[in-house]
Amino acid sequence: MAAVTWHRHLRVERMPQIWCAGCGHGTILGAILRGVEKSEIDPSKLVIVSGIGCSSRAPGYVALDGLHTTHGRALPFATGIKVARPDLTVMVISGDGDLSAIGGNHFIHAARRNLDITVVCFNNSIYGMTSGQYSPLTPRDAMATTAPYGHIERPFDLCQLAIGAGATYVARGTAYHAGLVTNQVTRALKHKGFAFIDAISQCPTYYGRRNRMKTGVEMMKAQRDTAVNVKRAAKMPAEELAGKIIIGDIHVSQASEYTEEYQRVIDRAQGRT
Amino acid sequence: MTLIPVKTKARLLQGNEACVEGAIAAGCRFFAGYPITPSSEIAELMAEKLPRLGGKFIQMEDEIASMAAIIGASLTGVKSLTATSGPGFSLKQENLGYASYTEIPCVVVNVQRVGPSTGQPTAPAQGDMMQVRWGTHGDHPVIALYPSTVRETFELTVDAFNLSERFRTPVILLMDEVVGHMREKVELPAQEEILIVNRPGPTVPRGEYLPYDDTRGLVPPMAAFGEGYCFHVTGLAHNRRGYPTTKPQDIDALIRRIHQKIEVGRGDIVRVEQLLTEDAEIGVFAYGSTARSAARAVRLARSRGIKVGLLRPITIWPFPDEAVKTLASRVRRLIVAEMNLGQMAGEVTRAAEGRTAIEGVFRVDGELITPEEILKKIEEVV
Repeated sequence: MAAVTWHRHLRVERMPQIWCAGCGHGTILGAILRGVEKSEIDPSKLVIVSGIGCSSRAPGYVALDGLHTTHGRALPFATGIKVARPDLTVMVISGDGDLSAIGGNHFIHAARRNLDITVVCFNNSIYGMTSGQYSPLTPRDAMATTAPYGHIERPFDLCQLAIGAGATYVARGTAYHAGLVTNQVTRALKHKGFAFIDAISQCPTYYGRRNRMKTGVEMMKAQRDTAVNVKRAAKMPAEELAGKIIIGDIHVSQASEYTEEYQRVIDRAQGRT
Repeated sequence: MTLIPVKTKARLLQGNEACVEGAIAAGCRFFAGYPITPSSEIAELMAEKLPRLGGKFIQMEDEIASMAAIIGASLTGVKSLTATSGPGFSLKQENLGYASYTEIPCVVVNVQRVGPSTGQPTAPAQGDMMQVRWGTHGDHPVIALYPSTVRETFELTVDAFNLSERFRTPVILLMDEVVGHMREKVELPAQEEILIVNRPGPTVPRGEYLPYDDTRGLVPPMAAFGEGYCFHVTGLAHNRRGYPTTKPQDIDALIRRIHQKIEVGRGDIVRVEQLLTEDAEIGVFAYGSTARSAARAVRLARSRGIKVGLLRPITIWPFPDEAVKTLASRVRRLIVAEMNLGQMAGEVTRAAEGRTAIEGVFRVDGELITPEEILKKIEEVV
């Protein structure tokens, strides 16, 4: 068995972290760091950028260049880094509220540009840090502190949103399927273009307890029982897919990448082409 | 490779163009922006000039994103600029506070137009003077410069970058629509004549680097991302290692230090221009395009035998308290002329400490204050 090496990316002296018992975020962060290790990219050239929220605290526990920014703005900060220094590898860690509510505009535009950034959404369907308000990913009829009579809005499908906006690698995993997330992170880091991973996490404290799932274990079992691999889903009738989460590599394509295109602008401006 | 296009022969330039020339001369190689009148020429010229120098331009999806992008770029060691006007400047405030608190150098240009709200996009105003100081939440220091000529716009843009790098802080370059769009014949200095300041870099081995080391001076050395220093930057209250902290003594030390670094540097930051103030019995305080009318009014009054002088702040923040206090103790009246309802007049009153009476000439209708209006007030108070 190979030696465990991904632990070197953790700032153990910053532990214990702030996440609650049963939270899926630690599992997903572990999956990300294993994916970083498997990708064999130079860690000194990797920058992790986050916004505000529970998941956005992750860069503070990681021994890499880390930027914990303002609410919703991880992607434009990351855009500045990547455009200024295309040789760096840039990863964004964001929650469902951070990425798709306050940061929704940045999400679609970064995807549209096909900027070579990997985005992992720690999607727990709720605002955890502020104690359980509904997010754009809160399911219909779920209970939240700001939906005390049940939630009336339809949630986003973040993967479909990313595909529609132009992302060229789009995948979904869950905290239960952490091994899958590791492999997706490795593929996303190697992919040239905007890569998005919708990593379903669980918040027993502010989502589960209010929605008849008291523990993290119960919520992870629900992830196991509702997940269907994208290949299997393709052969299933629509009625059987109702209420299921489709996991796996949902969309992979090739398109011109922003920083490569900008290099062509530089060449033209300098009269080389 | 194209050389830096600074020409020494006289050219007819707009304030916004001079700002671009100054930014490029100062070493700016990243611009992120969003279209807005009356600053858009800055973005358009940067889009044209930066790629010739291997620099990068990006038009972001909004003003908030533009501010975020220049901070990100600066963290990789690249000098960065954004430019906007009132409504866009309002949107940049949260991330401006982030840059101030995390001590990331960058320059933000605000070509002022009439506000509040959408106001009058094509007309000049000076209504953002206090927003520049207090627009973002929390206690924070600020440096803001304000030219009144095209040539000075070039110089102060270079200064804005130099101060930003030296003090590791965002610097605001204020203009108004008149300064931004006015064309003047200017001769720009050759590149080798321009003093360039770069941020202090780390001098310790990678493993020992502390991003907010306050033990060797008030401005900590700044590493760039991707150099192996592996450091953390957060807008949360942070300790000298850059990690979030809830310790009252760490929180207090950080906020006091970022103020102190500017306060201690005040002598190098604060600049004013004095015109005929030595024997003045009446003083005029004006800045930006209004100072041009004020200078004319002072000369007209002098020709009529009135002893009047002009104090023009070049640095708006930190406020030139000493210069105001000195003038206030010599003159019988101090007239503040500005295109707002007395934003700087309040500061002048504070700095004058009751040594003289303060009078105002204020306009908020999108029209310039004329020399005649200021002259009329001078003659009124004689």
